[in-house]
Amino acid sequence: MSMNRTGRPTQSGPNSSNNAVPFETTSGHRGLHLVEPLIFEIGDARHSGVDLEDVGDFDHALGGLEREDRMGLPGLSEPETVRHYTRLSQKNYGIDSGFFPLGSCTMKHNPRINEKVARLPGLADIHPLQPESTVQGALAVMRDLAHWLTTLTGMPSVALSPKAGAHGELCGIMAIRSALEARGDARKVILVPESAHGTNPATAAFCGYQVKAIPANDDGRVDLAALKAALGPDVAGIMLTNPNTCGLFERDIIEIADAVHEAGGFFYCDGANFNAIVGRVRPGDLGIDAMHINLHKTFSTPHGGGGPGSGPVVFSKALAPYAPIPFVEEGEEGLFLREHKAAEGDKSFGRLVAFHGQMGMYVRALAYMMSHGADGLRQVAEDAVLNANYLLHELASDMTPSFEGPCMHEALFDDRFLKDTGVSTLDFAKAMIDEGYHPMTMYFPLVVHGAMLIEPTETESKDTLDQFIASMRALAKAARADETDRFTGAPYFAPLKRLDETRAARQPILKWTAPQSQEAAE
Amino acid sequence: MRYLPHNETDRRAMLSAIGAKSIDDLFRDVPPAARLDALLDLPLHKSEMEVDRLFRDYARQNVPAAEHAFFVGCGAYRHHVPATVDHLIQRGEFLTAYTPYQPEIAQGTLQYLFEFQTQVANLLGCDVANASLYDGSTACGEAILMARRITRGRKRAILAGGLHSHYGDVAQTMTRFGDEDVVRLAPSPDDAQGDMDRLIAAIDDNTSCVVVQTPDMFGHLHDLGPIAEAAHAKGALLVAVVTEVVSLGAVRSPGEMGADIVVAEGQSIGNSLNFGGPYLGLFATRAKFVRQMPGRLVGETVDADGQRGFVLTLSTREQHIRREKATSNICTNSGLCSLAFTIHMTLLGEEGLRKLALLNHRQATRLKAALSGIKGVKVLNSQFFNEVSVRLDRPAAPVVEALAGRKILAGVPASRLYPDRDDLANILILATTETVSDGDIAALSDALADIMQAEL
Repeated sequence: MSMNRTGRPTQSGPNSSNNAVPFETTSGHRGLHLVEPLIFEIGDARHSGVDLEDVGDFDHALGGLEREDRMGLPGLSEPETVRHYTRLSQKNYGIDSGFFPLGSCTMKHNPRINEKVARLPGLADIHPLQPESTVQGALAVMRDLAHWLTTLTGMPSVALSPKAGAHGELCGIMAIRSALEARGDARKVILVPESAHGTNPATAAFCGYQVKAIPANDDGRVDLAALKAALGPDVAGIMLTNPNTCGLFERDIIEIADAVHEAGGFFYCDGANFNAIVGRVRPGDLGIDAMHINLHKTFSTPHGGGGPGSGPVVFSKALAPYAPIPFVEEGEEGLFLREHKAAEGDKSFGRLVAFHGQMGMYVRALAYMMSHGADGLRQVAEDAVLNANYLLHELASDMTPSFEGPCMHEALFDDRFLKDTGVSTLDFAKAMIDEGYHPMTMYFPLVVHGAMLIEPTETESKDTLDQFIASMRALAKAARADETDRFTGAPYFAPLKRLDETRAARQPILKWTAPQSQEAAE
Repeated sequence: MRYLPHNETDRRAMLSAIGAKSIDDLFRDVPPAARLDALLDLPLHKSEMEVDRLFRDYARQNVPAAEHAFFVGCGAYRHHVPATVDHLIQRGEFLTAYTPYQPEIAQGTLQYLFEFQTQVANLLGCDVANASLYDGSTACGEAILMARRITRGRKRAILAGGLHSHYGDVAQTMTRFGDEDVVRLAPSPDDAQGDMDRLIAAIDDNTSCVVVQTPDMFGHLHDLGPIAEAAHAKGALLVAVVTEVVSLGAVRSPGEMGADIVVAEGQSIGNSLNFGGPYLGLFATRAKFVRQMPGRLVGETVDADGQRGFVLTLSTREQHIRREKATSNICTNSGLCSLAFTIHMTLLGEEGLRKLALLNHRQATRLKAALSGIKGVKVLNSQFFNEVSVRLDRPAAPVVEALAGRKILAGVPASRLYPDRDDLANILILATTETVSDGDIAALSDALADIMQAEL
């Protein structure tokens, strides 16, 4: 491919309308912007990137159930495979690529020592049903992780097995319902603030509860009077995120806990934002009964493009007996797993998942905790809060903060500063892509209009924040200066322009199928 | 602290810009009673070298599969995963990305998920697959709930006796607070056909679905055709469960045999044992049921210039849009595990997968032959893939312990899963993948024969 290196605008992306390039390339590639087909378009059933010994003839014992159809699983050689997925990776933005201030998601640096130790054969190449005598080190990891989590939260017990935050919520609400049923109390309602993550009401409904929304007050916190008015003998409990999804600490939280308990309910805390307070506040001192901890947020196990996560749940003394199996316990012959409910009197609500949970994530999270130590974890919360407040302060004059006062680990803005500009929160976010940033969380929480939730995390430097602030100020000014095209046509410099999501939902194409002509030829 | 970019000068400058006297100012909304002034009673920070050493100590106290003759399966299987897989999934653009909510800068994730969905649908023999769930057991629970939504008004799910016991437990937990009635048939490893007969006999007009695992927990392969027919005749759905997906390189797919929803544990392809997690739930179904499906879906579309691209779609089923009316509370998938799956599957290709599956099966036939001659050992399977069960003349758990002492991890005693069932105490479940050599099989059969010679 010929390359013109003279006078070419370096920022031009593929297909961008302001692209000054006067020709189309023969290959369709544009330098480092490489077009990559689907494996179904480049691979075929006769290629493989794996060498296996010849099976030879032998008598099958498959009961006549041999698979005879063509499976539609193309193969590629190893070099082709490496290139295919490397090219795909280059169409992605990760924390490693740049600043990723996605509010509520805690996109902090993922240390590589955690990846390394999680792959030690003694930790990765062990089976969940090996004899316990051969996995004492793995059980020690679980015991030690439990110790760190209970100490950091000030809670007496923890169930490690939930596979993600939402799974942790399920675990917590199931324990609450079990505890209520055990005392013969058939309460029907779970209170959920309007600002809550969508998983909260979905979880409550999953456990058979009606969801009642509690409004926020003018300073972004739970309306205490409305909450107290909603409490009663039918309320099983409340699900409250703290710090909340507006990035604010619920000042009245102890009073809220007392009120819920007085009404006979339980207090579930969504711990998605524990990273803001780790080492400075113990949730156990706030009166909560259960809280999940997203190991992939606070303790930096990689998000991996959407999982796997891990959501251990800490429990108060009142709820601890209802927690799910399994548990690691210490016996005379060392550590062992309690994998089954005792025959009688065991209050555990049962098993939430096969085996013992996300061991690979336990290892990474524990390595992260040990690296930081008690001192470093406290610093994590302080720097996360410092960074968010720095952004909040520096952007306050060009954008519109939704609430007065300091924030915790994330800064919430709404779209009032875009009023009458013709630019929406979505447009603004897409323009941030052109500036080289991953956009903040958009349109969440639901309690402010056109929400923009910015979470810098503690692993960003002041220089990074200053450059980001400069970009955001410039964008805000551009929006007000009627440079609308810069927003409504954005992104210009991403591998693709804006995608048609309506079309995707109206005529869903969820799997690759061979083009008609090709099929007919076969 | 090596992960924190600020020094004290930076912090002071930022506090001063904000107009805060100290960091405590920023935490002023925390009620005084809940403020921690001192460090918690935990060790202080450690260097990378120290952390590395600590985890080597943990690792040293475990016996990795590679160091023993290894026959442990029962829902998690040790296969050789090409080095390429782990190398590629550690690329930062994959590893450190989030859920692809901004599709213009997440086409890498979205395209591989579209490839993954296609591979999974084709492998399981279904019209559509989602972008993965947590693991096989939770996928199974979700399938039961989905069958309930589809067959409105029907409330009973019937689980075959050969369903993995953890899957049955999880199904009971997930339906515990709904009005679903989960009926679990008793495990009967000595009578695989009887299990199916009892299942078919139990289907009634209130049955939403029957749940059948194949190969089942004891290694028996089942022809799903007659069960699908019986279920459909009564208006119920067939949920098929596969815990060893490599089997589908050799065995007819559940979709082809008539299953309506197919769930599987995808760990075998691309993912290590990891002591039980993270794993990968596969979930596939008929096109007409797609809007009742839980979990993320990626769909094809075009961008503003008409270029092909991919986006998350049909999200009106999901919690972040529907809140309490969502099909499930699930938020994440098993992103990176699904990437490992898709890369490994691409390396294998159809022919590679077929060959791999037959290698697994061949080793199992050799294992069966080797075990069949041992006194006090009865192999229970006539049709199987890579796992068989044996009935010993004595409890299996102490035999497994004794074999572990001889560097053989001989499989899973059924008592580990059913501690209260005396009739299963003598059952041992053994798996053979391509990683099990003929030498391993000989070592196992010699040692087992030796142990079984001792008087009861």
